[in-house]
Amino acid sequence: MMRILKHRLTWPIAALLVLVLINTLSRASFLQVTTLNGEFHGSLIDILRNSAMLMLVALGMTVVIATRGIDLSVGAIMAVSGAVALTFIESSPTPGDLSTVAIGIVLGTLVALVLGAWNGFLVAVLGIQPIIATLVLMLAGRGIALLITSGKITTINSPPYRFMAQGYVFGLPFAFYVSIAAVVIIVLLERRTALGVLTEAVGINPVASRLAGVRSRGIIWGAYIASGALAGIAGILYSSNIMAADANNAGLFIELDAILAVVLGGTSLAGGKFSLAGTVIGVFTIQTLKTTITFIGVPPAITPVFMAVVVMIVVLVQSRRLRSGVARLVRSVRPTPPARPDLEVTP
Amino acid sequence: MPAEPLAPSVVEMRGITIRFPGVLALDGVDFTLRAGEVHSLMGENGAGKSTLIKALTGEYPIDEGSITVGGAARIFRGTADAQNAGIATVYQEVNLCANLSVGENVMLGHEPRRRGLINWKAAHAEAARHLANLGVYIDPRSSLASHSIAVQQLVAISRAMVIDAKALILDEPTSSLDRGEVEQLFTVIRSLRESGVAVLFVSHFLDQVFEISDRLTVLRNGKLVGEYAAAHVTRAEVVSAMIGRELDELTAISSSAERTIDRDAAPVLRATDLSRKGALEPVDVDVYDGEVVGIAGLLGSGRTELARLLYGADRADTGSIQMHGTAKRVTSPHNAIENHIAFSSEDRRAEGIVGDLTVAENIVLGIQARRGWLRKVSRTERDAVVAEYMTALGVRPADPNALTRNLSGGNQQKVLLARWLATAPELLILDEPTRGIDIGAKADIQRKVAELSDRGLSVIFISSELEEVLRLAQRVVVLRDRRKIGELTSHDTDVDALIAFIAEGNPAVQENVA
Repeated sequence: MMRILKHRLTWPIAALLVLVLINTLSRASFLQVTTLNGEFHGSLIDILRNSAMLMLVALGMTVVIATRGIDLSVGAIMAVSGAVALTFIESSPTPGDLSTVAIGIVLGTLVALVLGAWNGFLVAVLGIQPIIATLVLMLAGRGIALLITSGKITTINSPPYRFMAQGYVFGLPFAFYVSIAAVVIIVLLERRTALGVLTEAVGINPVASRLAGVRSRGIIWGAYIASGALAGIAGILYSSNIMAADANNAGLFIELDAILAVVLGGTSLAGGKFSLAGTVIGVFTIQTLKTTITFIGVPPAITPVFMAVVVMIVVLVQSRRLRSGVARLVRSVRPTPPARPDLEVTP
Repeated sequence: MPAEPLAPSVVEMRGITIRFPGVLALDGVDFTLRAGEVHSLMGENGAGKSTLIKALTGEYPIDEGSITVGGAARIFRGTADAQNAGIATVYQEVNLCANLSVGENVMLGHEPRRRGLINWKAAHAEAARHLANLGVYIDPRSSLASHSIAVQQLVAISRAMVIDAKALILDEPTSSLDRGEVEQLFTVIRSLRESGVAVLFVSHFLDQVFEISDRLTVLRNGKLVGEYAAAHVTRAEVVSAMIGRELDELTAISSSAERTIDRDAAPVLRATDLSRKGALEPVDVDVYDGEVVGIAGLLGSGRTELARLLYGADRADTGSIQMHGTAKRVTSPHNAIENHIAFSSEDRRAEGIVGDLTVAENIVLGIQARRGWLRKVSRTERDAVVAEYMTALGVRPADPNALTRNLSGGNQQKVLLARWLATAPELLILDEPTRGIDIGAKADIQRKVAELSDRGLSVIFISSELEEVLRLAQRVVVLRDRRKIGELTSHDTDVDALIAFIAEGNPAVQENVA
């Protein structure tokens, strides 16, 4: 039992389950999944589909945060990649062709990757603080997207492109498969190679890691490139969902949701140890929360307040200091033999 | 000890004990600071100097002991308490607001007011008066950042005078000053002494300490070694008090120093004219197969700087490195590891271990870093390497999955040694590998170094414990004030001669150069 309580994913999972429970209690149909033309439908399926974008962005954010960094530019990069893809497809004579769409998607993602490399260059090579370095693109990115679309909202009519966000495969949304594929690739990359442990080493103690021979510059650079590319794919999903390149609203504030998902998943903003599984749970928690808001009928005007309160509760429940404080309170009320001294005390 | 009448004490610290997890940082230390004296606190890294200062400035709470300031017992709960008691500190890194004016900095928190508002005219006039008292004539309205570090330090001292400090702590104030600026600072310190202020001076420059101090207190390993009148003690005595002469339970290892080294083949490493501005004047070093070369010198003599240049942790401005007679460019730690050079830093916590990783992860980090991220050290390989070195070095607890930060200093050092040995180095550079660890672990590490060099590993061994250096090394390179002043064969020298050489550059000893 104690083992389960101590596992770092216990609390994130508990928070998610509580949210699901609240939804189910308020309306039993929450858990209901219906089939229509061989496609599954229902609130749970919506959560899977709508979480895809945040999943992609939050995965990249996890790796960046693990290096002691942060990437504020992900939303802006989404806007750019959508703009690049749609502008290419719109200007092509055959917007409905699979090959056109494929090239558009690859182009959009490549440009996003280059923008991620730019962030990485600023942070890893020039040594600029990550929050400032990525703020540059966060502010400039939407302007770049507007430049690409010549200031208008580009719309297209292309069934293959629409399929990205709105299509179904084996009854489940295609976007969900995209996000799961990203999870699998990132997990394999981080945990099957030594990338994960080297990233953690750099995040925990950059000086010691360098002296141990770890080439931290490449590792940090790579993290921002991954974050950029993943945001690029998220941007494709966003524009596919509305079939338009909306430079002003694509991925707006998604960086905050992504950071939140990472933190909810138990990865410290101080860098170092990271949990990709935790981030996946964090993403589902946030998406469920958003669904909850509409589901239990919170008035739109106070939605942000509701979000804030819930997030605060979840973060407090996960706070080590609060938990040990509560434990101390319990002990002082009901005296028990003193617990093992905390090994984490530092001078 | 001294018979002459003593000035009244401003600060009396009695039986100060401070414990950190697993370390006794200060062990019942007594320290007295008297009015109108300049008192130097001396000791090598980890001796407890900065801990004692932080106890006096209220930064660390004391576990045992008492602090009396101006006759009244005090308990400091924070730095504000200490300041209110009249203890002011000027740090090496000036702790002022660079973006404010000189006058604002001097008067910060003590600005003269008129009807609740700050009277800036009066504030600047008063600041100018305080500065003039120290012989500093600068415009108090000029921005602090526009002045040199030396002037900023004097501004920090004036600020201490505004709060009417009885005791002034100067922590390494001269480390970034040139000779003229040091003179100016010393003039100020002398005039403060005349006016009855007690000055606590910390510097690793021996010459400066002897120039300015009336009294010296030496700490070693968290314990008080002694208090001396500066006029009645020689440099060699002070250096030997700082370095210590612990009773030798380790003579079994001493055969290492007696081994003969074959110097006919090309050296494993030959560094020529290695230098870096502000860190090290050009230095030559050779290390032969199976040889242990000691590097001796005080803190700040350039011994760590030399190690870092050899390892590529810092870029050298001049010089070249050859390994086995072939020129190599060692421009980064990764580069060094590829060339089979390993380096264990003197700062175990900050530059050695990765605390939140497990012992096993820390041990394979070196191998993994050399291979790059794509070729992961497999689980079986990792377990084998980790088990081999944990057993060989006796790491406790013997749990490869323990978090490294929870280990004691000695065991963390063994983990680091394991990391480097696992990379199969040809040259192992150890910077203070035995600092701050208990005698048992110390003996283990020394024995391991002797054993490995017996089997052909070349080692550069840096330590402020000269007995340890002489016991392990066949040859000792002596550094002083960032330059190499000579080389000794351990066979022909002893600790006293080495201390004399370090302290005075004694030419009589220099004749022994190999």
